[in-house]
Amino acid sequence: MSWLLPVLVAGPLLGAAITLVFGRRLMPQRITTLSIVAGTAAGALALLAHVDGEGMVTAQMGGWPAPLGITLVADRFSAIVLSVSALMLVAVLVYAMAQLGRDAIDWWFHTKYLTLTAGVTLSLLTGDLFNLFVGFEVMLVSSYVLLTVRSTQREIRSTMSYVVINLLASALFLVTIAFTYGISATMNLADLSVRLAEVDPAASRTLSLLMLVVFGIKAALFPLFMWLPDSYPTAPTPVTAIFAGLLTKVGVFVIIRTQTLLFPADEPSGLLLFVAGTTMTVGVLGAIAQNDVKRILSFHIVSQIGYMIMGLGLLSIAGLAAAVLYITHHIIVKTGLFLVAGVVEAEYGSGGLDRTGGLLHRRPVVAALFLPFALSLAGIPPFSGFVAKLALVQEGLALGQGAIVAVSLAVSVLTLFSMTKIWGATFWGEEKEASGRAGRPELATTGVVLALSLAVAATAGPLGELSLRAAADLMDPAVYVSAVLGGS
Amino acid sequence: MSLVTLTVVSILFGAGTFLLLQRSLAKVIIGLGLISHGANLFIMLSSTSSGVAPVLADGVDASAVADPLPQAMVLTAIVITFGVTAFLLALALRSFLLTGSDEVEDDLEDRRIARHEVEHS
Repeated sequence: MSWLLPVLVAGPLLGAAITLVFGRRLMPQRITTLSIVAGTAAGALALLAHVDGEGMVTAQMGGWPAPLGITLVADRFSAIVLSVSALMLVAVLVYAMAQLGRDAIDWWFHTKYLTLTAGVTLSLLTGDLFNLFVGFEVMLVSSYVLLTVRSTQREIRSTMSYVVINLLASALFLVTIAFTYGISATMNLADLSVRLAEVDPAASRTLSLLMLVVFGIKAALFPLFMWLPDSYPTAPTPVTAIFAGLLTKVGVFVIIRTQTLLFPADEPSGLLLFVAGTTMTVGVLGAIAQNDVKRILSFHIVSQIGYMIMGLGLLSIAGLAAAVLYITHHIIVKTGLFLVAGVVEAEYGSGGLDRTGGLLHRRPVVAALFLPFALSLAGIPPFSGFVAKLALVQEGLALGQGAIVAVSLAVSVLTLFSMTKIWGATFWGEEKEASGRAGRPELATTGVVLALSLAVAATAGPLGELSLRAAADLMDPAVYVSAVLGGS
Repeated sequence: MSLVTLTVVSILFGAGTFLLLQRSLAKVIIGLGLISHGANLFIMLSSTSSGVAPVLADGVDASAVADPLPQAMVLTAIVITFGVTAFLLALALRSFLLTGSDEVEDDLEDRRIARHEVEHS
């Protein structure tokens, strides 16, 4: 299966080149993009099945043996995140195609979407710290273009801060890489794991903090999240939806990967739990103060990141398994919620809560799509959010971390509150004048995402066991190291 | 040698941070450029060995060559930073054409909150 890893990265890049050749001819562009993104999703699912059955897959680029060359690695954790991400990439692509011509989705979209896909797969699959930098940059540059392509004043203003902050984060990442290389003389993550265990604990703690800051900016952790609620809501709906679902989660993925692999520990980390608690609280309080559907949802991304970091902060197998489950649930639900927000915007021409109202009577189907997502985000049974939060709370209590559990439950209530705010202002209330009607394809795609989210809740048992197996691998760096370095 | 480079790196970071905090977009972009140069130089500092060019031709002692990996990394980083800086300049130009000024604009939210404060005090 190791041939599949480079294909998952190179395929979308090749596709991007092909779409450029087609120029402005939309039909061949659409066919190329859809088949390649769907192929990536199929490949990711096949990879997940293989990795879960037969163990980790590695591929050495250029035939250079690890740790000399660049290694691509797929373990259960990366295969799970990759599969869910790829499925969302397909769903949002179909949604975007339905919106083509409206909301400024035009011929250029396909090329950037494919490079974004390549950036995501590379960041998830790479086993090399510098290559991770490259993967991040491929992903980020695509996101800059997707955010600014309409070039309105509002978009330029919000994207400017996004680009400046990310460029600064990239410079910090380079500094971290220099420190890491200076200490260990290697970039291979598995080799790093071995060598960092032997260096001065103070040096390794410094590196751990530096990496937390660098990836914390990408993942929008407190206090480094300010760029997110400002830049995401201005983009066209499909762009915001895929960013909300994937980009910050790739940051969380890398935080979990680096902290567990390079700096193994087996008791709850006070720092991570503190960051998790503040991220949850600040995010949800920010959401409550907003008056626009997309801005409310953007602040909720920040708040939800806190739950994933809580799972990591518990640093136990069950805690990490809960984090994996939470990421799976969150990518689907968040993407879905933004797709619904896009439908609301298409109906009213704006997502401002003062301009919407009475949608329940006009389009009950939109309400039926929104409600399960919203309840799932807040963690109401029987939806997927409940399953993930329950796992977190149980493990938190088992480890005696009552404070963070209390914070997480309080934030859930506030999440429910801000969801009822959207519900009350958009679906209930007097009917406001609506300009357009969202098309069937958009609603159908959102329905498919909803079905996926319900499937996560329905298969919570097997999924929970899969996350436990993934978490057990994460907690034991030796598994990763021996798979990459060949048992040396 | 190392101390000189380190001093240069810290000056680049300091000057870059100062420029980054300015109101003018052009200065912000130059500041980011300086910070990136600082980071790139810093990677060069992390080399494990220095010596002749790392080309294994006849008569080159393998133990006397410079560490090639940081050089390769810096090259990649320079190309990426170059591309993103070019993109930022295009954004700044577009912003200048739209607003007629080179300043970083106020955050709308901040302005709203400030107005709210004035009205209620």
